[in-house]
Amino acid sequence: MRILVTVKHTPDLQSNRSFTEGTVTRTAEDGSMNELDENAVEAALQLVEAAGEGEVYALTVGGPDAVAAVRKALQLGAHHAIHVSDAAIAGSDVFGTAKVIAAAVRKVHDEAPLDLVITGMAALDGLTSMLPTALAAELDWSQLTLASGLTVADGEATIVRHLPDARETVSAPLPAVVSVTDEANKPRYPNFKLIMAARKAEVATWSLADLGVDASAVGAGAARTTVVDASERPPRENRVKITDTGEGGNALADFLIEKGLA
Amino acid sequence: MSVAVLIEHREGHVSRPSLEALTLARTLGEPVAVWLGDAPTADAVAQLGEYGATEVRVAAVGADARLPAKAAAAVAAATEDATVVVVISTFANKEIVTRLAVLTGAGVVVDAAGAELVEGKVETTQTVFAATWNVRTRIDAERAIVGVRPNTTQASPAASPVEPNVVDIAVELPETRETVVSVEPIPQADGVALDEAPVVVSGGRGTGGDYSLIQDFAELLGGAVGASRDATDEGWISHEHMVGQTGTTVTPALYVACGISGAVHHRGGMQASGTIVAINMDPDAPIFEISDFGVVGSLFDVIPQAIERIAAHRAG
Repeated sequence: MRILVTVKHTPDLQSNRSFTEGTVTRTAEDGSMNELDENAVEAALQLVEAAGEGEVYALTVGGPDAVAAVRKALQLGAHHAIHVSDAAIAGSDVFGTAKVIAAAVRKVHDEAPLDLVITGMAALDGLTSMLPTALAAELDWSQLTLASGLTVADGEATIVRHLPDARETVSAPLPAVVSVTDEANKPRYPNFKLIMAARKAEVATWSLADLGVDASAVGAGAARTTVVDASERPPRENRVKITDTGEGGNALADFLIEKGLA
Repeated sequence: MSVAVLIEHREGHVSRPSLEALTLARTLGEPVAVWLGDAPTADAVAQLGEYGATEVRVAAVGADARLPAKAAAAVAAATEDATVVVVISTFANKEIVTRLAVLTGAGVVVDAAGAELVEGKVETTQTVFAATWNVRTRIDAERAIVGVRPNTTQASPAASPVEPNVVDIAVELPETRETVVSVEPIPQADGVALDEAPVVVSGGRGTGGDYSLIQDFAELLGGAVGASRDATDEGWISHEHMVGQTGTTVTPALYVACGISGAVHHRGGMQASGTIVAINMDPDAPIFEISDFGVVGSLFDVIPQAIERIAAHRAG
């Protein structure tokens, strides 16, 4: 079982997240591996452990700081790490990013075939959930997205996906791109041995030239959308906080009535 | 500007967000409605016309159009002439429009709160980072796809209703690698759907698993019942009720958080709500950082008293 997991370097949810020149500000101090990618790493590790053989590749795309995301994946137990970094990638939209990731996936796949690419359900900065679909389309591999359950047998992957109107079971031949939700599993914690090993582990660094991707096909220039303005929203005003000493419910009712909300 | 709106419908009924999307689409051009599945009833067609749809394009696809690649092919066939396609920003539609954009080269913005034409290009507004930032995005590609969040446009009928033409769209669905093995429908909850509700009353750990007061309060306010991840993890209430970044994102006019501490994952799914009310025993609960009206106290004391006062007020 050979699995590649895509991981993203995103700002910590608790940090002061912001925009710089139309893109999300990412710093080494306030950033880490997207939390939902832990479920993707966990799903990959569980499949390899169950198969009794195999390897997990962690791949990230981003500037120099993004290497922290693959180091985190190594701490969790991934066997290999790849960091795709190239100034020309900056400002890519989801379709450009999918092109870069697809090229990296093919490079690994050409060395020895992969069975799966596993991603998280969303990155907690953008939250669009579009990348897994774009990647499956770009690779022309099976698309099994938003899996809350995943099984692999006889060259086929089967997922359960939970949509508001129905629970679907969908299956498809390998290789497949699978995105897993935060309900799919409970991610493990890194252990001391792996943390120490991850520090010294080698991370392959690939440029667009290494991937044979034309710089003009990605980056801000090729993006189909442009952020034209980003501004912090003003905090809520006239906020009230009371302590219930027997009249709290009445005060709440009066507030709602006055606001025309009740 | 030719604008197509992908209509969401269940058991023949047009969803309220679809009417909001038609209302928004009217500000961009002359909307046509795209309907996947069994043909709409005369009532549904009339309602779409009331909200400005000049045409209803029906692609009579079956359950295998649940696969994003197939659904995208159907939408593509029905929107060949459209410069803008508007959909409701659901998980399923995000996948469909991604595939659609791969087919057509369109630029996509999802989770939009609004859209307008600026110098011939569509510009969208979104709130990001748990609704702490506003972002405006221009779609540069010749074709634009906008996924709009429910409750971001006030649905209003067109000044003069139209009688839409119903047009059948022939679609040859592509072969896909994926197969739908089974579809187990989830029965629709009584009352309003969570993501469409104008009011959401949510309960968390502080309910201790007893949702009766939450339900009563939601019913009184005409809202839907939500829950925190803690509560769904405990099995107190089903996953469909979970409000949060990875559950349902809600933007009601009123959000009432009862016994919910307000972890960042929860806030990410409700922080863009109009008015936020919080009831929590812990005065330091983070939910109070974003509430317009906070009550430090027990929901078991506060809610019954509030219900009684509101009921008395209504009785006049």
